Amino acid sequence: MGKTLLDKVWEEHTVRTLPDGRTQLLIGTHLIHEVTSPQAFGMVRDLGLKVLYPNRTFATVDHIVPTDQRAEPFSDPLADAMVKELRKNCAESGVTFFDLPSGNQGIVHIVGPEQGITQPGTTIACGDSHTSTHGAFGAIAFGIGTSQVRDVLATQTMAIGKPKVRRINVDGKLAPGVYSKDVILHIIRHLGVNGGIGYAYEFAGSTFDAFTQEERMTVCNMSIEGGARVGYVNPDETTFEYLRGRPYSPKGAEWDAAVARWKAVASDKDAVYDDIVNFKAEAILPTITWGITPGQAIFIDEAIPNPDDLPEKDRATAHEAIEHMKLTAGTPAIGIKIDVAFLGSCTNGRLSDLQEVAKHIRGRKVASHVKAIVVPGSQGVASVAEKMGLAEIFREAGFEWRGAGCSMCLGMNPDKLVGDQLCASSSNRNFKGRQGSPTGRTMLMSPIMVAAAALTGEVSDARKVFAIH
Amino acid sequence: MALEKITQVSGCGVFVPGDDIDTDRIIPARFMKCVTFDGLGEFAFADAKLAEKAAGRLHALDDSRFNGATILISGSNFGCGSSREHAPQALYRYGFRAIIAESFAEIFFGNSTTLGIPCVKMSKNDIADLAALIEKNPSIQVTIDLTESKVTTDDVDFAAEFSLPGHAREPLMNGRWDSIADLVDGLEDVKTRVATIPYLSC
Repeated sequence: MGKTLLDKVWEEHTVRTLPDGRTQLLIGTHLIHEVTSPQAFGMVRDLGLKVLYPNRTFATVDHIVPTDQRAEPFSDPLADAMVKELRKNCAESGVTFFDLPSGNQGIVHIVGPEQGITQPGTTIACGDSHTSTHGAFGAIAFGIGTSQVRDVLATQTMAIGKPKVRRINVDGKLAPGVYSKDVILHIIRHLGVNGGIGYAYEFAGSTFDAFTQEERMTVCNMSIEGGARVGYVNPDETTFEYLRGRPYSPKGAEWDAAVARWKAVASDKDAVYDDIVNFKAEAILPTITWGITPGQAIFIDEAIPNPDDLPEKDRATAHEAIEHMKLTAGTPAIGIKIDVAFLGSCTNGRLSDLQEVAKHIRGRKVASHVKAIVVPGSQGVASVAEKMGLAEIFREAGFEWRGAGCSMCLGMNPDKLVGDQLCASSSNRNFKGRQGSPTGRTMLMSPIMVAAAALTGEVSDARKVFAIH
Repeated sequence: MALEKITQVSGCGVFVPGDDIDTDRIIPARFMKCVTFDGLGEFAFADAKLAEKAAGRLHALDDSRFNGATILISGSNFGCGSSREHAPQALYRYGFRAIIAESFAEIFFGNSTTLGIPCVKMSKNDIADLAALIEKNPSIQVTIDLTESKVTTDDVDFAAEFSLPGHAREPLMNGRWDSIADLVDGLEDVKTRVATIPYLSC
């Protein structure tokens, strides 16, 4: 009987079975940031323990760093204290820190891959739910809480039950103007925001085979929005090519040995799955969310649904969503006025996202009533984008070009919605208050759809705005 | 590390209705700018409370009838979204010692168990019945019995089964819910395992 990638990685990283039946699982790579780590370092100290393998933990700052005024001290003393705390903890414990002055700082889920730290067949944990992003490389990557950050710092392991595996096949060719973001929003719309509880999602099929590494990251990133703590794609030549030559990628003879291991870790052809779900790429259209969960999604040519027309289990949340979003059931999505456009985040803040948008907006202007910001996912992305002239294209179009960080994805830094502003956002969560204003409203969509909304000032079909066919 | 053996949780309950209550709602991100978890309790559901007030309604946690409740009751997929442990930390510091819901998001469930907060799943109908009893008499004592897998009240009319996976039940009942001690016990095995894995041993 064949094994899945998850089976193989789990087996290799199992230290032992704990008395409660969970696995003591070795975490090969630990990523930390300023928000969920300070308490963990404190707990490690309080227990009289120390960081066991400091060379297997990597740190950066992303959540609270301002994206405009980046000189320290930050105007927010709490944010400033958190960065200093991480700096101190890393220095004391010997953890590598991709700090602000390093030129390598950025969103932790963008920094790991671009440094070549994220590798196939590894286990990765980070105190952030979007750690599932790293699964795009065929890693098993978990978002964890602070007590588990402590566990990984002190023991390089954590206690966890083995998930089931659901294979999600997407086959076929996406239509022009349809992107990986639409694919994952479509999957969550159909499998639900809690459909993945207890599962790891294995994304496969010809659509995924054709995806670039960055497109795969966008999908794996949002696994958690579908309830799946882990999402992964089997590693292939696309993965290996992405990793070749990166700072932490194996070199020389070690590279060849690593590639051989990485090929072997992919799911066997006859692997057995707990569940299999199939989607057709051709059936997916540009997708946006209209509500307060990532599963409340519609195609761009649909109208805001009437909650009473939805399945009974979805109605209460739909009513709550209509109230919060101040929308009227039956209104076409196209034409809903927006106030803010946010292009960035660990979902869509990579170079290819910025390139795709820049290609289409050249010579166009952001609508006068819209505040539009572009936040590169890392200093590395920013630096390349600037050299390529992308920053200039965005600025000329009326976007603000910012420094790297989580920015307006989560309202922990100065980039926040104000009042009930409606934001067309390339991020991952449309929860009430997520973007920093309790009454703020978020519509999730692909970067190109964010750009279309920014230019027209309203939710628009990017295929029409940019004549993509 | 001697931890309390949690076999039963009793206290007053409060029903916070809704499905997919995410951890941003439980503790908005701006309150996470802290280097300790102390003081998070007062900010639990901070924005949800304000929103209810603005709409001319009263959030259950602002309703004085439910002051002192130690058991939180809610809908499905409770605790979805961000992995922030600040969410169960805020609930614990607010005073909650157990949560009853239709279902729980996985990371939240694990974070809560590690803090010794049992998260038990009960059917929608039983939750509605329990919520109605509490609404009628907020001082009713709710008891979650981990041995019997039952939720009862001191009102004889109510008894309902709940589910709690063994990997959470056993450690809660045996006082091993914080896994650090077990993990540290395995440190020699960790080192042996590390030596067998190429990307870690080279």
